[in-house]
Amino acid sequence: MKYAFYPGCTLESTAWDCKVSTQAVCAALGIELEEIPDWSCCGSTPAHCSNTSLAVALPVLNLQKARDLDAPVLTACASCYARLRTANYKVRTEPEERERAERITGAPYGGEVEVLHVLDALVNRYGVDRIRERVTQPLHGLRVACYYGCLLSRPPKVVAFDDPENPTAMERIVSALGAEPVTWPYRTECCGAGLSLTHTDVVCRLGHRILSMAQRAGAHCVAVACPMCQVNLDLRQPEAAAAHGRLPETPIPYLTQLIGLALGLSPDALGLDALFQSPHLLLQNVPGLASGEEHHGIE
Amino acid sequence: MSDMTSNIEWGSTKLLREVERLSGAQVSACYQCHKCSAGCPIAPDADYTSSQIMRLVQLGAEREVLSSESIWLCASCQACTTRCPMDIDVAAVMDALRMLAVERGARLATKRDTRFGRSFLGSVRRHGRVFELEMLMAYKLRTGDFFVDIDKAPKLFKRGKLKLFPRRSGNVGKVRRAFRRAAKEERQR
Repeated sequence: MKYAFYPGCTLESTAWDCKVSTQAVCAALGIELEEIPDWSCCGSTPAHCSNTSLAVALPVLNLQKARDLDAPVLTACASCYARLRTANYKVRTEPEERERAERITGAPYGGEVEVLHVLDALVNRYGVDRIRERVTQPLHGLRVACYYGCLLSRPPKVVAFDDPENPTAMERIVSALGAEPVTWPYRTECCGAGLSLTHTDVVCRLGHRILSMAQRAGAHCVAVACPMCQVNLDLRQPEAAAAHGRLPETPIPYLTQLIGLALGLSPDALGLDALFQSPHLLLQNVPGLASGEEHHGIE
Repeated sequence: MSDMTSNIEWGSTKLLREVERLSGAQVSACYQCHKCSAGCPIAPDADYTSSQIMRLVQLGAEREVLSSESIWLCASCQACTTRCPMDIDVAAVMDALRMLAVERGARLATKRDTRFGRSFLGSVRRHGRVFELEMLMAYKLRTGDFFVDIDKAPKLFKRGKLKLFPRRSGNVGKVRRAFRRAAKEERQR
């Protein structure tokens, strides 16, 4: 299985751990990733709230490049995923948008390149059973709150690999790893990451709401599949606690980091040390992982 | 209430038509079920809820809508769009209103939002990708919020999460051309 990999800007810096864990897990599972050469930014929220033509054209530039690789596009970022899928949806359904995108990019494009998020590829293409077969270090004892955030399941016209109100892809994977997904209500509530710099107070309120609910559900950690959610819930955790009430320190691992641990990959190969809230809190709950990992001190 | 109603251009459908054209969403179909507001994560922080914005657009209350904080607080999470029983793309309406607010020079509730967008897209235009350190500096220069989040910088650097140099896309020429052409396309829309 081969994919044209679209890392996106965040995976080159703030979320490099997302990139290395995605690559390590795919390599371990035998999924080939070829990075789209000379990929450029998808435009994210600043493009779609200021210029509709640009918000379609920037993703299309990348999809045109990916077309040459003759493989579906794979992305690990929920925002990139939403923008690439939205551009496809627009050029497929609105002839005017297609003509406009082709005028701007100077090349034809009719939405023919398929775009998948890692979660979709793992659950619906690779298969949960095959992941389970490869688990060498089951994460028994680890209780995980699976957090989808907003853009992985919405809007269903554009994304649609899981139920928009009750997605289960992450829970199915977490169960296959031997860990226990907790039942909790805020799995698809938005964390407000796009407002992180502009309305930090709002973002802290939303983050606190999500984290405290995960805690009440008995989770040891909150697993994410989006670099925006990760940074927001992890880096701003102390601020959220200061503004809205005490929160026990909660690690926010990428789902790919949990998969990697269960596949027997080393924490270093998965960038686990790059988490802000100590990964030690995560590892200590899994008997097989806790030994020999004392050096992951709590900051 | 009286202050608000006195400014509404009763009977004018100009704003409604513009918003529907820009967003591709049929705002006139909204019958005020409030489902969008009920699921909106930022509703407690907003001056108007999303369903109130929809009603104000129908009524042609341009000043109230374009200077509201709500249109900028929208996190684009798509819960409203997903749940609307009339299939109205509410999130796209918020995008259209932000564009109109900037275009009309409306009195913005805060300028941080447009300054963030400009800092972000400026970096994309220069490098083809976002160079986060530069984007953050540009945003701080525009807003003067120099010390906000300064405590985050060491944590980010320590973990290699803030790069000191941009990684330019080899396709930056086409990205810049796309910016120029897209600006022209939007003016003709």
